[in-house]
Amino acid sequence: MTNSSTEKKGKGTIFVKAEICKGCSFCIDFCPTKAIGFSNEFNQKGYHYPVLVYEEKCTGCDLCGLYCPDFAIFGVRYKDLEERQLKQA
Amino acid sequence: MTQDNNNYADVKNPLMDVLRHDRMPHIWCPGCGIGTSLNCFARALEGCGLNLDKVAIVSGIGCTGRTAGYINLDSFHTTHGRAIPFATGLKLSNPELNVVVYSGDGDLFAIGGNHFFHAARRNMDLLVICVNNYTYGMTGGQVAPTTPLGPTQTTMPYGNFENSFNLPFIADACGATYVARWTAYHVKQLAKSMQEGLLKKGFRFIEVMCPCPTLYSRRNKLGDGVDQMLYYKEKSTIKNEANTKEVELSYQGDIIVGKFVDRERPTWLDSMNNHLSKALGDSFSPYGTNGGNHGQD
Repeated sequence: MTNSSTEKKGKGTIFVKAEICKGCSFCIDFCPTKAIGFSNEFNQKGYHYPVLVYEEKCTGCDLCGLYCPDFAIFGVRYKDLEERQLKQA
Repeated sequence: MTQDNNNYADVKNPLMDVLRHDRMPHIWCPGCGIGTSLNCFARALEGCGLNLDKVAIVSGIGCTGRTAGYINLDSFHTTHGRAIPFATGLKLSNPELNVVVYSGDGDLFAIGGNHFFHAARRNMDLLVICVNNYTYGMTGGQVAPTTPLGPTQTTMPYGNFENSFNLPFIADACGATYVARWTAYHVKQLAKSMQEGLLKKGFRFIEVMCPCPTLYSRRNKLGDGVDQMLYYKEKSTIKNEANTKEVELSYQGDIIVGKFVDRERPTWLDSMNNHLSKALGDSFSPYGTNGGNHGQD
């Protein structure tokens, strides 16, 4: 997952904290647009964590963030993201 | 953040303020639904608009009992089954607190069953969230009072033959003012229901059905957490205001979810104030109506 460029493909994106993910796959199975998939890499505990496979499909609805039992993932709409950053700054 | 959105490296999880992130990762197994229910509760706390300094969370023993340690509120992890008595004392000594009891089915209905019935009967002003995973998860998968007929458990190697409790019916019959049941699959509804519960008065009860992949599902060959969630998705029907007599659970059978009861009854403190004002007249000054510092000044 290298999305280091500034180009935005979908309406939103996800943020994953891989080190606390336990690979239960709730976010992957219940993503409404099936945009998330397992990573090829392992985290420190030996689980495959979720990554955004189809960037153009993500709407940033944050349902993955609501299902996650480990608080390891959340989704954001790009239009909310700037607002949130301003608020934090 | 592994996602290489370098421009947004400082974006924080919206639940950061409500949770104790230094305690993560938590102890629950991969695929366990307790984390999902806690996630919904954290969102309900964020959305309810209450002063979080005035919300306290009390939990009992068990897997679900660990929630008190992960939520960044005033919290207490009580002895086994005594979460409701502790919460009752907390509420009565400081009536301006909004007290939440967050515990499992074994804690609230087996060892703490009696306390549950009487707190509901008195209409004590508490929100009780019961995470029902059909088994005693922490101690190794023994039969719980909520285990339906059929599944194999460590103490029932040939399948369970004991009848189980119908939790919403108990709460309704004992006089709770708000009774709802959701599963870990119905996250949006659950978060909304918890928010409603936080803002209501009286004894409020929410049952959350959760997968237990390590003990319940694995012993009965039901797959992992996702398979249980898919079962909830397939077999559950939303039926608000359903008769609580008819919402009993069965082994891998149909589940009726929804908000079953929503009514108004005077709480224990209101009843006491009303009654004693009538009985004693002007010599009695009501307790708990002036911000909770009655008798201390």
